[in-house]
Amino acid sequence: MTRMKLLASLLFAAGLALPALPAAAADITLLNVSYDPTRELYRDINAAFAAEWKARTGDNVLIRQSHGGSGKQARAVIDGLEADVVTLALAADIDAIATHSKKLPQDWQKRLSNNASPFTSTIVFLVRKGNPKAIKDWDDLAKPGVAVITPNPKTSGGARWNYLAAWAYANEKFGGDEARIRAFVQSIYKNAPVLDTGARGSTITFAQRGLGDVLIAWENEAFLASLEFGKDKFDIVTPSLSILAEPPVSLVDANADARKTRPVAEAYLAFLWSDKAQALGAKHYYRPAKPAAAAKEDLARLPALRQVAIDQAFGGWKAAQTKHFGDGGVFDQIYAPAR
Amino acid sequence: MTFAFRQKTALPGFHLALGYTLVYLSLIVLLPLAALVLRTSSLGLAGIVDLALQPRILASLRTSFGIAFAAAAFNAVFGLIVAWVLVRYDFPGRRFLDAAVDLPFALPTAVAGIALAALYAPTGWVGGLLEPLGLKVAYTPLGIGVALVFIGLPFVVRTVEPVIRELEPEIEEAAATLGANRGQTLRRVILPALLPAIITGFALAFARGVGEYGSVIFIAGNIPYVSEIAPLLIIVRLEEFDYAGATAIATLMLVAAFAILLFINLVQAWSRRRFGYV
Repeated sequence: MTRMKLLASLLFAAGLALPALPAAAADITLLNVSYDPTRELYRDINAAFAAEWKARTGDNVLIRQSHGGSGKQARAVIDGLEADVVTLALAADIDAIATHSKKLPQDWQKRLSNNASPFTSTIVFLVRKGNPKAIKDWDDLAKPGVAVITPNPKTSGGARWNYLAAWAYANEKFGGDEARIRAFVQSIYKNAPVLDTGARGSTITFAQRGLGDVLIAWENEAFLASLEFGKDKFDIVTPSLSILAEPPVSLVDANADARKTRPVAEAYLAFLWSDKAQALGAKHYYRPAKPAAAAKEDLARLPALRQVAIDQAFGGWKAAQTKHFGDGGVFDQIYAPAR
Repeated sequence: MTFAFRQKTALPGFHLALGYTLVYLSLIVLLPLAALVLRTSSLGLAGIVDLALQPRILASLRTSFGIAFAAAAFNAVFGLIVAWVLVRYDFPGRRFLDAAVDLPFALPTAVAGIALAALYAPTGWVGGLLEPLGLKVAYTPLGIGVALVFIGLPFVVRTVEPVIRELEPEIEEAAATLGANRGQTLRRVILPALLPAIITGFALAFARGVGEYGSVIFIAGNIPYVSEIAPLLIIVRLEEFDYAGATAIATLMLVAAFAILLFINLVQAWSRRRFGYV
């Protein structure tokens, strides 16, 4: 065994042993407040970062994770949860932290490259094996007789991406004719028998309860569901056009300064763009910002499709949030009873 | 003699106990309610009235209160039968059944909701049997009713049970010897004695059902204007960081619940006067 290899395996062992150490023994702890489906991803990334930080500085770093619905997590940070970094499902939730708690500057998204999103994802369809309803694209979701499972955009971050993806498709199809876009999106939601409060809830409704013909889901969630419940049960259908879903990350400045963890927290966020973390992202079915770093076979699983960015199609999250998901916004209107 | 005006009851420590009660109630009950009302008041009366008249909020309040009322009424009838059987008859497994009544108390509500949704979904054991009959339970208002009946049952059984135990079978025998038939005994002798307890159980089950979130949310379907409960709208407001709006809906629910419980208490007072003290 060469010395390098020996060193690497020692570091690896240190990384494995770290989470088992009691908190008092670790020199630094970081709290990463994240959204629901990133559990498996950050478990891997945290171990890799701890090993690298140990090699670079000799300090032990223990990263604690908190997972939950994105909006709920944002509220917890606003109400005083001492997160050093937040890694949430959408920029609007981190905007909310900046606006309501002033713990980070308003221009947080400009501090890191790629709109502060180390990985992106997109919205795809999960259908029953063999695709009995022949669902190919968004048009098929608006047809009568197709049951669509999607969570409630008012309570779920993922659901907002679903809604915006459908809207972006209709926007192209109808050339921006707002009335027809609305009618199209409305007919998709008329096909939804249930609106679960979170993305995981919808996955369970579709996969376990057997409800609906198609689940609109995060790409990585769709892959996880088909792994979890059996590859022979579902097919993944990629629509012709979808949204570029950017789950962003940020330092929570006030918390990191109060806890004197800024250097390590900043290094942790920078590490998300390292080759190692990028490869791990692709392994967990995210689309890495630097595809060159990822394994070929991981990338091959993610088909190419046209993706619309929220900044171009909707003028950014702030505008989209107010217009579509605010109180009395477009989403509320499509459910209002016809008079 | 000199102690007579200082000591109103036989038990000592009246002042201490009263002081303790007031402090305890203030801390545990009144303080949170005051915070709720205070937060709401930032909206102003006009804002609250405006909110209360929104059709979607009205629809969800109707859903929450209507279904909670129906479920509590259902429990009042069938919970009474369960309590009667558990007290008056001895059979193998009675103690086991008696303990099982408390399960809805003990089970985390989310667990109950997930279990019920799994059972009544079209792929579930019960849902699968009802589906061919054209009856959908999970993800409809009916599903909310099922969850609330489940949650409310022990409230009725546990309030009615001790009263039935106090009710001596001799009274029924006396009624029979005086020429009452079974229907008359039930209507004129037993039910009046049980009525106050039944109303209390009904009120408790109803109050619990109105605010129930955990078990309902998994089986309701949450479709606006159809199966959306008022507590979900509170959560939605919180997601929008609209704390005032959330507390305003909560205050509306509080006022409505208070009015209904007050009415039930009046009915109860009336039934006590009418049928005697229990």
